[in-house]
Amino acid sequence: MLQTIIPLSRLPNGAAGRVASLSARGLIRRHLLDLGLVTGARVEAIRRSPAGDPAAFNIKGALIALRNEDADRILIAID
Amino acid sequence: MGTLNPTHTSFLSGIDQEITPQEKQEMRDSIVGSIYSCAEAIAERVINHEQNYKSELDRKIDNVVTSRLLGIPIMLALLGAVLWLTVTGANYPSQALAALLFRIQDQLTTLFTLAGAPAWLHGVLVLGMYRGLAWVVSVMLPPMAIFFPLFTLLEDLGYLPRVAFNLDRCFKKACAHGKQALTMCMGFGCNAAGVISCRIIESPRERLIAILTNNFVPCNGRFPTLITLSMIFMGGLAASAYGAAAATAVVVSLVLVGVMITLLISWLLSKTILKGVPSFFTLELPPYRKPKVGSILIRSLLDRTIFVLGRAVMVAAPAGAVTWILANIYIGDMSVIAHLAGWLDPFGRLLGLDGIILMAFILGLPANEIVLPIMIMSYLSSGTMLELDSLHALRALLADNGWTWLTALCMMLFSLLHYPCGTTILTIYKETKSIKWTVLSVLMPLGTAILITLIAAQLASLF
Amino acid sequence: MESTSQLFGLNPLPDQLVVALAGNPNTGKSTVFNALTGLNQHTGNWPGKTVLRAEGSFMHRDKKILLVDLPGTYSLLATSADEQTARDFICLGRPQATVVVADATCLERNLNLALQVMEISSRVVVCVNLMDEARRRGIRVDVEALSSELGAPCIATAARDGLGLDKLKDAILDMAAGITDTSPRQVSYEPHVEQAAAQLEARIRPFLPGWANCRWVALRLLEGDSGIIRAICSSLDDDSEKVFLKEGAAAWAR
Repeated sequence: MLQTIIPLSRLPNGAAGRVASLSARGLIRRHLLDLGLVTGARVEAIRRSPAGDPAAFNIKGALIALRNEDADRILIAID
Repeated sequence: MGTLNPTHTSFLSGIDQEITPQEKQEMRDSIVGSIYSCAEAIAERVINHEQNYKSELDRKIDNVVTSRLLGIPIMLALLGAVLWLTVTGANYPSQALAALLFRIQDQLTTLFTLAGAPAWLHGVLVLGMYRGLAWVVSVMLPPMAIFFPLFTLLEDLGYLPRVAFNLDRCFKKACAHGKQALTMCMGFGCNAAGVISCRIIESPRERLIAILTNNFVPCNGRFPTLITLSMIFMGGLAASAYGAAAATAVVVSLVLVGVMITLLISWLLSKTILKGVPSFFTLELPPYRKPKVGSILIRSLLDRTIFVLGRAVMVAAPAGAVTWILANIYIGDMSVIAHLAGWLDPFGRLLGLDGIILMAFILGLPANEIVLPIMIMSYLSSGTMLELDSLHALRALLADNGWTWLTALCMMLFSLLHYPCGTTILTIYKETKSIKWTVLSVLMPLGTAILITLIAAQLASLF
Repeated sequence: MESTSQLFGLNPLPDQLVVALAGNPNTGKSTVFNALTGLNQHTGNWPGKTVLRAEGSFMHRDKKILLVDLPGTYSLLATSADEQTARDFICLGRPQATVVVADATCLERNLNLALQVMEISSRVVVCVNLMDEARRRGIRVDVEALSSELGAPCIATAARDGLGLDKLKDAILDMAAGITDTSPRQVSYEPHVEQAAAQLEARIRPFLPGWANCRWVALRLLEGDSGIIRAICSSLDDDSEKVFLKEGAAAWAR
């Protein structure tokens, strides 16, 4: 099966995918892992703020807002 | 047993150095992944979803309060509503409380006269201490008793994180942290609490920015000043619904000025002494919860209202006494207050204020609540009015002392922007553990206040 | 094992049991804390840190309990000051029991923290809170099954309405007094991680006498958590810690 890989920041509202990999290093990578963004975790884009950035995602049952440049470092496989 | 510590350190850090950063990263990825998949497996076995519920109500509410079109207007409307309820709701009880407390003052005076107490004792205790207290309580208690429960309600509902979500873009542009909006919300209650709440911001640079600018949000000690002055000079004494709305609009605009100055100064700090790029930002938007009215009332009235009022009262009593003493010790043919005020007057006039107002701000350093009472007591000490139990009387007193709408505007701007109160300054020192940043947290807002009022006063004098 | 909470500026009475309260943010942790301790609370800072600490006390079945509210965190992997504080207290403060408050409406995320706490300490009680909210959303949590999955007592509560608190107090007391037998579930890692951890554990065990959780320390070293090295060394530096080590080793040997 072919999968499309896109950065999380490009995931449209209402769409979901699974974490393929993280391009962040160091402390930011640790933060992302802590939030539950481990490889294979399901993420759904829920909404954008009035200015379009940040956006809120459903990550393991919690609604968490990330700025675009941080969401850029999370690669998502859309199934 | 009791092995030497250096051995431990070198042993453990020796192990640490054996492992390459790349290996560590792979280990961590694998470890965190395993923990989460274990949690996922357990959750799958013990949870039974009866229907496919997707927190529909939460999503519907969020669709409105964070929408592109309505997100910001709803925020402003809520701010306006809270302030309007505070302005209109506090008006009557404030006057009733003042009337009651000043009746008691008359009885105290009678009591002192009957007991044959010397005039200076009556002056310090009744005209100084008691009157200062009476003012602080009657001006502060009603607005706080309305504002704090409303604020706690918004907090309990889970609305405040949505404010941070809506405003994050502005803070990002100012190279600051989106959670600074949350610390500003806390600052509405009390700047000292706002400064402590800056702990939620992890990056030291962005936390310092939030601490240094928290003062630009008017706290509960300054709201009464802003409300009172806007009711007298802009709201036509709030006699009508229109007046209250106008007064509310003035206070909301002042809050917006405070927010804009916060963003501007945050940006300036980021570009100069606190250089840096925005750090990692995450914000949880928790589910909305049905608030418990009982616990809101208990928490907001006991923990917040009584706490903040108690602190104000502790400062107001001695400040009232000091003010009376300064007003009644004469050097030559003028009281100390008159000397001080006279000396400050030329500078005050530049800023659209006068010497007495500036002196009240200086004496009011321990707590913002007492600035207005000190100012009024200083005016009274040279005037003839004895009773001051209504806004009408206050308006007459201020007008007698040469106040115009411009004086009120400049005083409100100065109150909004000037240095934080003594408690907040102490808190800033405790949080930053740095004299340098504490001094800056005083001088930077003071400079801003002087600059803005100077511009306002000079611009107005051109027309 | 004795609690060594004095290291963290706590002063429990001699007959007081020290219990820590951990949990994710927004799980009603402070509601549980308030419901258990009522008005017997006071707040301050963790020593040397600008992290707020609330502590409160309550009596249950004639036993005194000092409850320490840890900062709300998603994990104990020590990426923030809050996580570090919580982890250091559970690891080095050695409370007689740790309560993990979990949100029944998103259990998976909360179990992540519970599993991490259970790696450090075997004396864990899980409080599955917001059960009323979960029921409203059609989520049924089988708390008994959860207890046997985790190998730790799990108590269902709705702290806002005061439901389940007596059972929670019973469980806390039994755990802190050492009455409850526990066999906390340990996460099994990928083979290469397990192997490396086992090797490292064998190397460090002689250096950490009296430490029940050398495996956990080994795992932290493997993932490059330098904070834990500092925390362990500074605690070993402390005189009271040396006393504790002796006592701890003696208790361990028994």
